[in-house]
Amino acid sequence: MKKQLKVPGFKKKDLKIPRIKDGTVIDHITPGYAVKVLHILGIPRSNSSSVVSVAMNVNSKMGKKDIVKVENRELKSNEVDKISLICPKATINIIRDYDVVKKFKVKLPDEIIGIVSCSNPTCVSNAKEPVKTRFKVINKDPLRIKCYYCEREPEDIADRII
Amino acid sequence: MDFKGKDIISIKDFSKIEIDDILIYAEKMLPYAKGEKYKDILSGKVLSSLFFEPSTRTRLSFESAMNRLGGRVIGFADPSGTSQKKGESLADTIRMADSFSDAIVVRHPQEGAARLAAEFANGPVLNAGDGAGQHPTQCLLDLFTIKTEKKKIEKNNIILLGDLKYGRTVHSLAYALSIYGVELTFVSPTSLKMPKEVINECMELGVEPTQTSSLEKAIKDADVLYATRIQKERFPDAEEYNKVVGSYRINNELLKNAKENLIVMHPLPRVSEIDSEVDSTPHAVYFKQAFNGVPIRMALLSLVLGEKKI
Ligand SMILES: [Zn+2]
Repeated sequence: MKKQLKVPGFKKKDLKIPRIKDGTVIDHITPGYAVKVLHILGIPRSNSSSVVSVAMNVNSKMGKKDIVKVENRELKSNEVDKISLICPKATINIIRDYDVVKKFKVKLPDEIIGIVSCSNPTCVSNAKEPVKTRFKVINKDPLRIKCYYCEREPEDIADRII
Repeated sequence: MDFKGKDIISIKDFSKIEIDDILIYAEKMLPYAKGEKYKDILSGKVLSSLFFEPSTRTRLSFESAMNRLGGRVIGFADPSGTSQKKGESLADTIRMADSFSDAIVVRHPQEGAARLAAEFANGPVLNAGDGAGQHPTQCLLDLFTIKTEKKKIEKNNIILLGDLKYGRTVHSLAYALSIYGVELTFVSPTSLKMPKEVINECMELGVEPTQTSSLEKAIKDADVLYATRIQKERFPDAEEYNKVVGSYRINNELLKNAKENLIVMHPLPRVSEIDSEVDSTPHAVYFKQAFNGVPIRMALLSLVLGEKKI
């Protein structure tokens, strides 16, 4: 028998979050980070009519969390991995016809491009040059990233999201 | 080893074998660098020399290197009057210079500028210093100086002295020397100590540096004393600065306790770190060190331009 995956965020007690028919549910977002997650993912796209719902500080067994639901769009692993910078525990649920058909955890990419700004004010990536910021992930846990340009390591990564 | 078209951005981009290759080739350049021999292996080649901040020594030695091999140099010595002053991006200036020349030397006040330049140039880019970042040709000429003066780099007892905290070039040098397996002693005022990350890097390469604030003690066993400039702006007041600089002044009195064949190095310009009375002693190699910038840069230019003909 096909394993029934539980769709997060619509047990009776949190009916305030609408169920979606098709799309993506990003679950276990660090509480308070839902808006940053949307920002990183560029959601909603400027010409998109997909409904996006956000729930913040939702109670769960593992404490509070944020949830984001994007209707009619299936986010791919390489699209969402970049949110692991600020939400290492986030999970992605792909929903088709109200069922979870795929569930996976975000994983940290080897390079972070265009998401975090360099903490070094005299880094060339902070000048008006036609390049995106670029960091190499040199350690995953604890997270350490190194600027490709100036070779410095910013510490306040979550606050440096562009 | 094929260096044709390779960018020279950071010493960490090179393996020990590659560094060895460059140093051996630079040695062959010596008579050409002195003008005793001449071969125009870079005839017809044009080098863009883009100095977005002035650095007389580095610029002149690059230009001398190119000229000694029969090549030509275009460029500017400081950014006043250039289109960058009018707001042009570095990327655009690089694209232009790249189309006018076969290789680009760039000096820039911002860290990472050379790495960025390399992204926009088809030809090789040589980093002549990017702010407080990398300065690989300085590092190579320092290694070359130790090698030619001491016959080898390995196993020398080397003191790095001065501002070890902010001086990034001294960080690269500590790393490069560790590749060769030397004994390292870091001498600095407590407030300007070598950062932990650099010490960790040395240890990963099997070198366990000694740290001290006493130069008198350290100097007895040293083969190489590498002094760097201590900048006034690193100190809260002039009194504190004078005290620190005074305690690290290299003079003949201090050198009495040193080995006879100790060499004293300095990337120059010096302010008051080395007393001029040292200049006439056999310890002083800092002017030779500055000259060594020419053979090193000759070697690099001919290698990246694919003309290894000496
Ligand atoms: Zn940077």
